[in-house]
Formats: sequence, C-alpha cells, structure tokens
Amino acid sequence: MTIDGFTAIYLFTLAAFTGYEVISRVPIILHTPLMSGSNFIHGLVLVGAIIALGYATTPTETIIGFIAVLLATGNAVGGYVVTVRMLEMFKPKSDLKKGTDNEH
Amino acid sequence: MNTDLIIQLAYYTAAILFILGLKRMSSPKTATSGVKLAGVGMLIAIAATFFFPAMHNLLLILLAILIGTIIAWLGAKKVAMTGMPEMIAMYNGMGGGAAAAIAAIELFSLLANSDAKMPITTFALAVIGALIGSISFTGSILAFFKLRDWLKNVYFPWQQVINLAVLAFAITFGVIFYFHHTLPIFILFFATSLLYGALMTMSIGGADMPVVISLYNAFTGLAVACEGFVINNVAMIIAGTIVGAAGTLLTILMAKAMNRSLMNVLFVRFDGSKCCGTVSGTTKSMEIPDAAIMLNYVTKVIFVPGYGMAVAQAQQKVWELANLLLEKGIDVKFAIHPVAGRMPGHMNVLLAEAGVPYDYISDMDEINDDFQNTDIVIVIGANDVVNPAAKTDKTSPIYGMPILNVDQAKQIFVIKRGKGRGYAGIENLLFFNKNCHMVYGDAKQVVAHMIQTLKEQK
Repeated sequence: MTIDGFTAIYLFTLAAFTGYEVISRVPIILHTPLMSGSNFIHGLVLVGAIIALGYATTPTETIIGFIAVLLATGNAVGGYVVTVRMLEMFKPKSDLKKGTDNEH
Repeated sequence: MNTDLIIQLAYYTAAILFILGLKRMSSPKTATSGVKLAGVGMLIAIAATFFFPAMHNLLLILLAILIGTIIAWLGAKKVAMTGMPEMIAMYNGMGGGAAAAIAAIELFSLLANSDAKMPITTFALAVIGALIGSISFTGSILAFFKLRDWLKNVYFPWQQVINLAVLAFAITFGVIFYFHHTLPIFILFFATSLLYGALMTMSIGGADMPVVISLYNAFTGLAVACEGFVINNVAMIIAGTIVGAAGTLLTILMAKAMNRSLMNVLFVRFDGSKCCGTVSGTTKSMEIPDAAIMLNYVTKVIFVPGYGMAVAQAQQKVWELANLLLEKGIDVKFAIHPVAGRMPGHMNVLLAEAGVPYDYISDMDEINDDFQNTDIVIVIGANDVVNPAAKTDKTSPIYGMPILNVDQAKQIFVIKRGKGRGYAGIENLLFFNKNCHMVYGDAKQVVAHMIQTLKEQK
C-alpha cells in the first residue's frame, strides 16, 4: 500500500484531530503519566528503524541503522516500563488494605 | 495470504489499539489497561515488520533490540519516582535520535548517486524530520543533564541571536543539500541541527524544563510522522501524528498552568532577582509539638505538598500523619497545584507512590473554594504556588499565575527547611500573613515529630 498526495494529508489531519481530542479531556493528575504514555507510542519509530537496518547495504548505512534500532528500542521499552510503573501506583480509596483507615 | 496484507492488517490493528489505549489512559481507573493495550499494539506492529520481503541484517536487528531492551529496562526499573521527568526526557530523546537516523540513511542514499532525485515533498519531509528529530535528541539529553543537576544554566551574550543563527544555518544546509548531494553539506546539516537542540535547552531555566520536555515529546512525534511519510509507513504516520498533536496540546496546557506562553518560555529568561516591592512585617514561627497539638481540635485539614516534600522523601510520613487525622474523624484532603512537582501531575505520582488513594487528592479548581472553610492548612515544601503576590503584586514575575487560596484558611502551617525563596526567587507574602506560622525543619523530621506528639497524647 502506498500513500500519496491528498490521502497523506487526510491521514495527517485526521490523526492530528484524534490526538488533540483524546488528550483535551484529561485531568491534570494524569499529565505526567500521559506524557510518558505518548512518549512510549512514538517508540513505534522502531518499525522504521528495523526497516532501515533491514535494507541497509553499505557499512555506513548499517552502522546508522544499528544505532537507530538501538535508540528506538530504548524509547519503546523505557517509555513503556516507566508509564506502567507510574500508573500502577494510582489506586482508589477502596483498594486500601483493611485497618489503615476509612471510617467515613 | 500475502505478506503485504498481513503487514497492513497488523498496522491497522496497532493504530486502533493506540487510539483506544490513549483514550483509556485519560482516566485513573482505566489508565493501566490503556498503556497495556497500546503495548500490545506496539508488539503487533513490530512483529509484522519482520514480514517485509528480502530484509537482511536480521541478526544485527535482533542484537540491537536486545541491547536496547536490557539498557532501557534496567534504567526504567531503577529510576526513583522523583527522577521520572528526566527519564521521560531521555527516552524521548532516543526516539528523536532514531527518527533522525532513519532520515540520515534515506538522505545518505542520495550521496551514492549524484543523479538520484527524491521527489521534492519526500525530500522536504525527510529534512524536516531530520531537523526536528535531531533537535529533540540533543535537546532532551541536555534537559536530562540539567534536571539531574549535572549541568548548570549557561548564559552568554547574544544568546538568542546566536541560537537562531545556528537554526538558520541548519535550514540553509538542508535546502542546499537538495541541489548538491555532497558529504560536507550532509555533515554540516546534521551538525548544526544537533547543535541547535543543545543550544535551545541551554538557554532555558530549570523551572521551565518540563514544558520544554513536553515540547520535545511533540517534536519527536512529528519527526516520526515525517519519516513515516518518507518510507511510506502508515503506522509511523499515525502514531507520530497523534503524539505530535497530543504533545503540542499538553505543552500548551503546561505553559498555561505556569502562567506563561510557550514563546515566553522559549525566548524570555525568567528572572526573579530584579523585583519586587519589599515586604514589611514579620513572620512568626511555632514549635513542632504546639503545631501538632492544635491538630487535635479541628475538623478540616488540607495538605499542600510541593517538590520540597519529595526532595525530603517525606511523602510516606505525611500520609501516616494524614491517617492519624483520619482516624480522629478529621476531614483530610491533599491540594495539588497544576505545577506542583517538576511537571504537571508529577506530585500525584509521588503521592500515589506513598499510598495516598487518589480520592483524597484534589486539584486546584476543585478545592480552591474550600480553603476558607478549612481550619488548618499544612504547606510542605511548596512556595510560589501559594504566594498571594500572584494576585496582588503587579510587579511580581508570578503575577497572574493561578494559585491555591491557602491565605484564606483560618490557620496555616508552613513546614520549611529555612528562610530561602522558591523557584522564582521571590518573597512569599503568605509567610507574613497573620494566620500563618512557620514550622522550621526538615520536612520528614518535622512530620515524624508531629506524629510522635499525637501518638504520645493517646
């Protein structure tokens, strides 16, 4: 599948609106995890890095491609782990263990 | 089934999962499942990419993924919650670097064959992606160093002019490269782009760093989208564009919460030293046990935590104190200013880590009308965000910034290490309020002492 001309512009515009809409109703308490989460999502650059290294022929291309895959993996894996670590700490009152508090 | 169909179906699924995942991330209840959903999407997209026909270097690819995974995984597991903002900056910079590297390979292929011509739009997108990816790469790494305090602010004369000149050179070299595919131009283009990223971060003060990190996050998204167009990859276009748009909005929201425009953050140095009206009056201090005993005779208490609390590692103790008050039937809340911590929402993460359920935590808009009915407000390590000068002193650099209405409470305790000033470097009018008492000491020790006093009374 190739994308060109207006299809590309439509794709770009619709994706931009989606990103805007999805974020615009987010409470401030989630801003840091959300930034981290969106940081993880652009880790998808790994796909491009794999393709770049996969079709590299000259030594220079191979070296740059290797660096690209390395960096992109760091983005994806690191972004995922820190986001999950942060979000897993958010707990409602009902999750508190018995005996700590809660009498109203 | 042909491989192209498999790949496209996988990318389509991944795109849907990303959008659903981001949507779920916008509520604390569903957020964890949201990022996991996006994670599944990522795995599907990456697995499908190995179906591309006639790829080689497979071992190298797997090796790079393995090394990257180990390093990033260890780093992400080890980092303390207080260090989260700079870690996000680092991972984001890596993504920007990867996008720039992909662009470098595409542009590099033009060098081999001087007659080769890329269509102009493809070329332009490759160069733009390379430029902003490079800026995000060096800019984020420098932001990491600055937040770690490994690097101080560097100011030199004509800084903004020199910065913009470097950016202009980078763009010029990019344009020249379209007409002359030579190695020196190629190198000069990347060198100036990378240099500009470093210079851009260098000129921005520490307090504004979160806004800049968020901006670089949006930059990386756009760079990924640009390179997605260049190598004709729909998944990259969609993921990159969504992050670019979401990141831009997030950046604007953050700047607004700090009462500054984005342009202001980027181009104006924040300076609290050459202001403001001098403050008359004195501050009063109170001994720790006296403050603790007063907590026995109230019905409503609000804690206002700031980054100073996290630095002192006092959040666990504060939650312990809050629990004691809850047991007495006192109404307890935590009030969070949008820029408490080092990034909007960072304080929520730190309190969550200490075990504070999110139902007890209120943001500024929810709680600002409650302060007038509150018996005691305990400010711990927060400063500028409770300074009434933001409302009354037009010469103050923080004038106009929305603040927590702590000054309206019946009694205020400020737990503070010493008489220093806040991030903005200005006097805090709250400390001179007639209802305000300073409780001096290390936050963790002060709170521990308060807990001890309350327990001994039983």
